[in-house]
Amino acid sequence: MNSKTLLYVVKRVLLALFTVWVVITVTFFVMHAVPGGPFIGEKATTPAVQAAMEAKYGLDKPLLEQYGTYLKDIVTKFDFGPSLKQRGRMVIDIIADGMKTSMKLGLIAAGVATLIGVVLGAVAALRRNKVIDRVIMVITTAFVSMPSFIIGALLLALFSVQLRWLPANGSTGAGLVLPIITLALYPMAYITRLTRSSMLDVLGQDYIRTAKAKGVSGARIIFGHALKNSLIPVLTYLGPMLAYIVTGSLVVEQIFAVPGIGRQFVSSITNRDYPMIMGTTIILAALIVIMNLVTDILYKVVDPRITLE
Amino acid sequence: MQKKKFTFHVDLDMFNPASEKDKEYMVQMRPSSTFFKDGVKRLYKNKVAFVSFIVIVLITLSSIIIPFFWPYTYENQLGVQAGKAVDASYNNLKPFEYGATEQQLIEEGESVFPHVFGTDSAGRDYFIRVIYGTRVSLAVGFFASIIVLLIGTLVGSISGYFGGKVDLIIMRIVDIIYSLPDMLMVILLSTVLKMTLTPVIAGTALESVGANIISLFIVFALLYWVSMSRLIRGQILSLREQEYVLSAQATGAKGKWIITKHLIPNCISVVIISAALQIPSAIFTESYLSFLGLGVNAPMPSLGSLASEALNGLASYPYRLVIPAVVISLIVLSLNLFGDGLRDAFDPKLND
Repeated sequence: MNSKTLLYVVKRVLLALFTVWVVITVTFFVMHAVPGGPFIGEKATTPAVQAAMEAKYGLDKPLLEQYGTYLKDIVTKFDFGPSLKQRGRMVIDIIADGMKTSMKLGLIAAGVATLIGVVLGAVAALRRNKVIDRVIMVITTAFVSMPSFIIGALLLALFSVQLRWLPANGSTGAGLVLPIITLALYPMAYITRLTRSSMLDVLGQDYIRTAKAKGVSGARIIFGHALKNSLIPVLTYLGPMLAYIVTGSLVVEQIFAVPGIGRQFVSSITNRDYPMIMGTTIILAALIVIMNLVTDILYKVVDPRITLE
Repeated sequence: MQKKKFTFHVDLDMFNPASEKDKEYMVQMRPSSTFFKDGVKRLYKNKVAFVSFIVIVLITLSSIIIPFFWPYTYENQLGVQAGKAVDASYNNLKPFEYGATEQQLIEEGESVFPHVFGTDSAGRDYFIRVIYGTRVSLAVGFFASIIVLLIGTLVGSISGYFGGKVDLIIMRIVDIIYSLPDMLMVILLSTVLKMTLTPVIAGTALESVGANIISLFIVFALLYWVSMSRLIRGQILSLREQEYVLSAQATGAKGKWIITKHLIPNCISVVIISAALQIPSAIFTESYLSFLGLGVNAPMPSLGSLASEALNGLASYPYRLVIPAVVISLIVLSLNLFGDGLRDAFDPKLND
């Protein structure tokens, strides 16, 4: 790694940290701009009780002081405060709980999508303009145009309700199959198209012709020369794919009743659990920012031809 | 005059006036084509884009026209009539079934307009709800892209035109907004704006539009202009340095001429194409938010909220999910394909 690359990495890390700080700040002030406190509309609260509650959660202090405490707690203790609706639980514990399921779901979906996507894309590129290429392209175009909640709901209707092959309630085992398929279809279709076009690009390069000319076998050309280089664009998609899976999991966990972080987030929005909304937004956003950072750096490191700004 | 080789005498034959026969070569065989005409011709030849265009036009026209003559409205609960008990026979009708009083009318020999897709759980005609939901989704997509287009073009051209410090500051802001995870910010902002706006707009004309839709537009205006402005800025920066601009300047063209004849025509196709591709992504976002319950206000339907309502009766009425699902996929698919066609036809350079 030369000094230019190092400088780039440092610059990107600083931008990422700054972005996370912007997210925390925006989230904090936007949430506190909501008229009325979080305890408005609670059943049977007298003004005295309400004041006591606000004092307990530190809501009676000036806004900037609250912001300072909030930021300090996150940075030093990774503490996002207590949940307002799930009494006695800390936001970070609820998130950690949900993360276990969601991580499993998301990682399997990402793995499946990448694996199948790369294989299908390579097949389509090698059989360019043949029937199999056309079929793959038509199917992936259709999947790219379907919102995840539509795919999920249709899968639920078909496999759980009509055919009764798989359970509709996806907490463990067989129940996770449909949520994983739902989450994986869009990235899979996208990766297929990405691999196909970059594979076609690579197959037109001079060094492939050279390899052919010296009599290297077809399989060796594909696995030894073409595939490695055509995977570079796929690598850049890892960040956006994570962002897609995170937002997709919000609706997918809703549809299949998966007890993950997406479901927690949506229910915290409906019952106005302010610290939960803030905590989940910040953690998910930080996750996406970090993943984008890693992807960007990997991309530059893997492909030395990329010029650094 | 005999031609003398090896002399420098001018051959006077070459300076005769052109005969009628010579002039025939100069006749314009067909009128010269413009950039726009060429593009339309290419677009017309692209079958996929052409079919998609027809699908979009058909869907748009029917979503605008059908509500005018359809005898039912999206909010009218057919079983509910003033002064009478709620007639539950109108709820959850299957396609082409009729409610109790309608059945009676038919037996008396009168004709009743059929419920093509049946009714929903509150006894509302489902066909008109789908049509109306399509209208809402299309309108949101269209206006959101116009907002994005306006703000993005304005900021991008300011940034590209002035350059220097202005450009630097604007582009840093763009970088930061760009690196924010957009969907999470959209959800956060719509949640908050929904709570903030609802009391503010109560009683005004905006109330009928609904706080959610307005907050959706605000969110788009705040977050989604960045990629458009990056694009415009890049266009202006690169176009300014093109040789044909230099050559126009060298031959004495004024700034106004260069802008109207060179910069705008070369920029506009990119702008229109990316605005066209913005529409499906806006529709996507709207239906996603509606599905989470952050979109349109009930009883107004959108394709996303219709799909989400259909989840409750999935076992008995799967078609209520399939219909909006098909419509939304069709809209997004044909808009995407048409946008790709536009790009191929008007800007071959942009093709990746």
